[in-house]
Amino acid sequence: MDIIITGLLLGGTYALIAFGLNLQYGVARIMNLANGEFLVIGALAAFWIFVADAISPIMTMLIVAPLAFFGNWVIYKVLLRPLVRRAKNQGQLEVDSILATFGMSFALVGIMVSIHGEYFTYSYLAEPFEIIGETFALNRIVAFCFAVLIGGVLWFWLYFTRPGMAMRAVSVSTEASGLVGINVPKMSALAFALGGAVTTMGGTLISTFITLDASVGVIFTMKALIIIIMGGVGDIRGAIIAALILGLIETTVARLIDPGLTLAAAYAIFVLVLLFRPQGLFGRKPS
Amino acid sequence: MSRDANISSLVWAGVLLLLAACVPLVANGYWMSIALTIAMFTVLSTSWALFSGPTHYISLATAAFFGVGGYLVGTGMSDYNLGFWTMVAIAPLVGAVLAFLIGIATLRLSGVYFVIFTLGLAEMIRTLVSWIQNNFTGSRGLYVLTDLTETDIYLYLIILAAVVYLVGWWVNRSRLGFALRIIGNDETVARHVGINTAMSKVILFTFSGFVAALVGALIAPRYTYIEPNGVFSPELSFIVVIMALLGGTGRLWGPIVGVIPFALLQEFINANYSNYSTLVLGIAFLVIVYFLPHGVVGRIEQVVSRRRRSTW
Repeated sequence: MDIIITGLLLGGTYALIAFGLNLQYGVARIMNLANGEFLVIGALAAFWIFVADAISPIMTMLIVAPLAFFGNWVIYKVLLRPLVRRAKNQGQLEVDSILATFGMSFALVGIMVSIHGEYFTYSYLAEPFEIIGETFALNRIVAFCFAVLIGGVLWFWLYFTRPGMAMRAVSVSTEASGLVGINVPKMSALAFALGGAVTTMGGTLISTFITLDASVGVIFTMKALIIIIMGGVGDIRGAIIAALILGLIETTVARLIDPGLTLAAAYAIFVLVLLFRPQGLFGRKPS
Repeated sequence: MSRDANISSLVWAGVLLLLAACVPLVANGYWMSIALTIAMFTVLSTSWALFSGPTHYISLATAAFFGVGGYLVGTGMSDYNLGFWTMVAIAPLVGAVLAFLIGIATLRLSGVYFVIFTLGLAEMIRTLVSWIQNNFTGSRGLYVLTDLTETDIYLYLIILAAVVYLVGWWVNRSRLGFALRIIGNDETVARHVGINTAMSKVILFTFSGFVAALVGALIAPRYTYIEPNGVFSPELSFIVVIMALLGGTGRLWGPIVGVIPFALLQEFINANYSNYSTLVLGIAFLVIVYFLPHGVVGRIEQVVSRRRRSTW
């Protein structure tokens, strides 16, 4: 029971991070391998501001989100848009964007290590909290609630507003949505920026209960990618379920076998997905 | 390419390799160790480019195979008292089997899945190996004690480089190489003209896994002390990719054009500004994508062909 709830709480935050990457890959068609670094930036900001001025990470999140949005928008416009324009097909864009975002990821790690080379250790809301007779750390629950809140707002925006519908249209087909008068470059930039902001907020939340350091971003990129592939690219419902599954399995392995094996567990799931359901949990087989 | 040009490129490669084999005669300890690093990366990035060059599938698994090779030599010699050469024979086979299995699982699907899978592979194997060591075998570090000098290892690697070049030359002329180039241009077309795309990719990927594990095994005596955290360093995969792309993967000898300057640059950075090595890797990637998409060799060929057209 303890494992299940902890796993679900962790999965909630994972879902938020995967949501961010899903917007970037599903709508903007950029396989952003620097995604994890933005998560770490969120964590670093939370740590920094908390240690310096004792401002709560939740406040930090509100400051960081617009900054990350703007930063990602600039990155898309300046660095990634030229690649989209130069690519002859989707395959070439994928290769180029993978290499370019690797470059960004290493550059960001390099910069962050020079800012703070050690673990981002701080303690926020590390108090016990009781759910049906079991105790959990309050920070995990707060992070989960905020993840659900942010995810809910985004979901509402995507499914019940006009710009949200335009964005979903772009994710279905870039060409067709251009034909019906959607400004595809603008929507892609918006999706990329929004995805980056969501991931950064996820990083701020996750840093309240997991201690990160500057070079750990790639692990979270991996996890987000595994979740997206398991859920099916662009499928938000699938990603949420996949994130909860990953959170559950990781927590189970960490508690029952060894905390060092969480990555191996994630890989085991990944292999199973690739072998049996490469189109995602709810995806249909391509004809 | 005509037959004559083919033979002459082979002769040139032979002459260069002979020259490379003479380096130990003039180099002292410091430069010998740099030459060894260059030889190691030459083999790794050339065999990487054999697979990733024509297909555009970016493999980040080099560090995993390299680590498996080095680690097997370490554990074989320290834990099971096997000889160095026995392990050198076993390691590449294990690397090849591993690459084959990974290839079967991921290369049937689109390239993104493959990149993602190889991205965390070295790290995953490292955590797995550390866990097995901590819980079952006990020892943390492994010793590889041989009487091989850096010069010996260097010469073995040069021989291996020659073998890789020969295989690459042969593949480029074979039906397999032709199939790979078609896959790289358009995978759907390749499938429709009846190429077994998955199998062609798996064969080449298996070969690159074999070579990377063999390099890891051969170079293990250089480090004497093998530790999972050291041999499975994920950075190695990225360095190999940068070197190969910097040189250019369009030609068999392209990667080495990137290996030599980048290895020297890294040596310089690590000696003087070691805090910035990650940043340098990042900038190198960005420079390649934005300024040298076909590598130095591709850029030179572009300039040459443009000049020829303008003079005629």
